[in-house]
Amino acid sequence: MIRVANLGVLTLFIGVFAAAGAGETGHLSADQLAKAGRSDSITIPTPGELFAALGKTGKTNWSGHYRGPIPVTYSNRAQIALNLGGLIADGFIAVEAKDSQQVKNIGSDIIKLAKALGVSEQLLSRGSSINEFAEHNEWDTLQEELEATQNEVKSSMQSHADQDLVILMTLGGWIRGTQVVTAAIVKDYSEGSAKVLRQPALVHFMQSKINEISPELRGEPLVKDVSQQLGEIEKLVSFPPDKAPTLDEVRKINTSVAKMMTEIESKELPK
Amino acid sequence: MKRCLWIFISFFMLEISIALHAETDAEVAARRDALDIAGAFSNEGFKIRDGHWCGVVKPHDNALVAVNLYAGNQYWFSVGATEPVKKIGVTVYDEAGKQVTTDSYDNGDKAAAGFSPANSGQYFVSVDLVEGEQGSFCLVYSYK
Repeated sequence: MIRVANLGVLTLFIGVFAAAGAGETGHLSADQLAKAGRSDSITIPTPGELFAALGKTGKTNWSGHYRGPIPVTYSNRAQIALNLGGLIADGFIAVEAKDSQQVKNIGSDIIKLAKALGVSEQLLSRGSSINEFAEHNEWDTLQEELEATQNEVKSSMQSHADQDLVILMTLGGWIRGTQVVTAAIVKDYSEGSAKVLRQPALVHFMQSKINEISPELRGEPLVKDVSQQLGEIEKLVSFPPDKAPTLDEVRKINTSVAKMMTEIESKELPK
Repeated sequence: MKRCLWIFISFFMLEISIALHAETDAEVAARRDALDIAGAFSNEGFKIRDGHWCGVVKPHDNALVAVNLYAGNQYWFSVGATEPVKKIGVTVYDEAGKQVTTDSYDNGDKAAAGFSPANSGQYFVSVDLVEGEQGSFCLVYSYK
């Protein structure tokens, strides 16, 4: 149960704060659940949410999960979108590590990569905000700024008739986030930390969004490969709610996402 | 005849434009209210997601959205609504459709539900019209 101890600001509301449980009387039918709204911006969690959950189970050496700089000269738009998502996840890692220089470096790479998609103009102000928040160690604000940057790129993609790239960007972030979290769990395994990896509906939703993109884009070798591997990963993250994956199972997820990430980063596209 | 048709089309387009504009204004106002509530939780270390989900809530109906949450995190789902909505409710269900126990904040057309999932996975947030007529709402969520 969440306890809202400090009601300082909440007292601004004249209404009553009731910490009353809603009870466990209600039930939704399968039909109602199937018809629930789903959207990229609310149904898919940010890498920051995943990292926050992992952080509850122990101390993570976030800077130990940095990767070397990636090329920012890709010409394939699908690959740019996937890598942009990965870079946003890198930004969240740097924020967890409270490393302002790394945040600034990644912010600059995001702008460079976004330029190739023609969205840099709108992003310039975001780039300066990221730098400013990093300078002042405003880590919570930086998390929100990173997500806002991601949403701005996505919104720009939509207005440039590139809406098919939106899910690829989200997917890139999820893959990179999962790579780092699984690597951290493998290093210091506990059932509690492994339980954060249970996300069958999330992977299924991303897969269904990829199935909705244009056949041309879906037919591109990189997208095709990533989509196929995502199907395999869906099986690996589909375990019962009360069960945690074993160390070997976590290692398997890590190997799969790391393979995807290598392919996404590579200048040599699959044939 | 052509002129009459032109005037009719102009009025029709103007009405559509006004309706669309009103809808947008209502959603913006509802989102602002939702962010007001979420802002209060950010003093407790909750980070507000940039994404939001807006729509229309109707009598005897609920607006339902799927979210994916992580065990260990704490969440607050904050909703704002606009007139003629008088009272709104937020309920959370697990992936099997079973209602979960939440802390709740209720202030007429603003409401929030908070909980810490024991299991990672899919959950559903329902926005319900408790009192009033059909109106716009907006949902934002925060986590820590």
